[in-house]
Amino acid sequence: MNGLGVALRITLPLAVGALFLGLWELLVWHYQIPRFVLPAPSLIGRSLVDDFWSLLPSLLLTLKITLMAFALAVLGGVAMAILFSQSRLVELALFPYAVILQVTPVVSIAPLVIIWVGFDNVELALLILAWIVAFFPIVASTTLGLRSADHNLLSLFDLYGATRWQIVTQLQLPAALPYLLSGMRISGGLALIGAVVAEFVAGSGAATGLAWRIIESGNRLNIPRMFAALLLLSAMGIVIFLLLRGLEHLLLRRWHESAVSREL
Amino acid sequence: MTMAAEPLIRLAGVGKVYGNGTLALNGFELTVGRAEFLCLLGASGCGKTTVLRLIAGLGSVSQGRIDWPDGAAPGTAPAGRADIGFVFQEPTLMPWASAFDNVYLPLKLRGISRAAARERVEAMLERVGLAPFANVYPRELSGGMKMRVSIARALITEPSLLLMDEPFAALDEITRGRLNDDLLGLWRGKGWTVLFVTHSVYESVYLATRIAVMCPRPGRIVADLPIEAPYPRREAFRTSTRYNDYCRQVSAALHRAMGEPGP
Repeated sequence: MNGLGVALRITLPLAVGALFLGLWELLVWHYQIPRFVLPAPSLIGRSLVDDFWSLLPSLLLTLKITLMAFALAVLGGVAMAILFSQSRLVELALFPYAVILQVTPVVSIAPLVIIWVGFDNVELALLILAWIVAFFPIVASTTLGLRSADHNLLSLFDLYGATRWQIVTQLQLPAALPYLLSGMRISGGLALIGAVVAEFVAGSGAATGLAWRIIESGNRLNIPRMFAALLLLSAMGIVIFLLLRGLEHLLLRRWHESAVSREL
Repeated sequence: MTMAAEPLIRLAGVGKVYGNGTLALNGFELTVGRAEFLCLLGASGCGKTTVLRLIAGLGSVSQGRIDWPDGAAPGTAPAGRADIGFVFQEPTLMPWASAFDNVYLPLKLRGISRAAARERVEAMLERVGLAPFANVYPRELSGGMKMRVSIARALITEPSLLLMDEPFAALDEITRGRLNDDLLGLWRGKGWTVLFVTHSVYESVYLATRIAVMCPRPGRIVADLPIEAPYPRREAFRTSTRYNDYCRQVSAALHRAMGEPGP
């Protein structure tokens, strides 16, 4: 992409955003909309600054749950995918349950998990729920990736008497890397969604993450703070997404078609 | 049948039936002599690849035997298997690894450290003319260069038998000719045996000391022709009358093989 393209790619969305916020501010001011219905962007900005230090611990809690759930999803997902690739029997036996876990809406499992573990340790309950949501994309994408290793390369590894472990680490895992990374990008966003949903269900101030702060601010009709917390949540999601995309680019840029710019 | 002095492998009455019921080979007889450059010639789908895979131990025979008159059969021990090099129709490189690491692979799988293998791998890359490209990834190499990496990888273990499955079929005429010459150069220097599968009459006559012609469904050897022309063979050989005579002879055998699919 040339210089003009890059400039457009940054300035164009910014201009649209500025226009939108300006219009919003103007409408709120013109129609005298009360702040508990729709606060002006300037007011949200001020709330973000004023409440930042009170929102920060909540941000860190939600971030911690999200990152831990994500890390465990990657570890568990890759381990399970490797297990599947080693034994068709294990895959046949377990894969349906991974699917069931995925298709059952997390909101409907949440009350159960909160009852079972939430009373003693609400953070553990949040972690479990976020993990359930983040887990499946990793298993599904890595399983596909492990299986997509070049069959002739597999024959070659056989010819040279490679062990199962050598085949996994030196052939199947590298072949699965692009699949795993794209699964991670989906899973990273889902871990955050899972954490937020879990906090909503846990409610009642037991968990004091950002999602709880949104509910709490809503109850108190402190809509500017509600928006501020929401803003922080989406900023977190964006940062996670960008980091994972950066990682993908870093790991694949030398060899995978998806990360290499096309020469024309 | 002309026979080289010392047999390396003997396939006796080999049959292969695939899981889906396809009879790929039946009563397949072939003896490969030590230091021979044997071309297995036949139309697509006549079981040439199956022969190579069976010899490499990448599948089991349904009938008959594959004998290795001296030395352990590949497959009986991991170390014995590495005595075979295999070059596929596609370069079959690991896209995430540099040319160096692709060539290093067979040694790595044997537990040889990178440092210990470095000199050998670099010398091999030099021999296939890719020394400056050691750190380049496959996607940045041309088709011919990828095939050179693939050949270097097959030769790095100094195998006594090199199996090649239509390795140059996807390359352009000029690259193919150049790789033919380079392959002959590599082969003549060492004492190894080559079993080269191709469907090109011209390529087989140019390369081989002997050509075995296969008929399809089920695959069998129907003609066995020695090519008695001295090496080194160069461009001049391609335009000689002797080359043309051989091509005509081999081509006729191939047509007979296709016309009479056997009893």
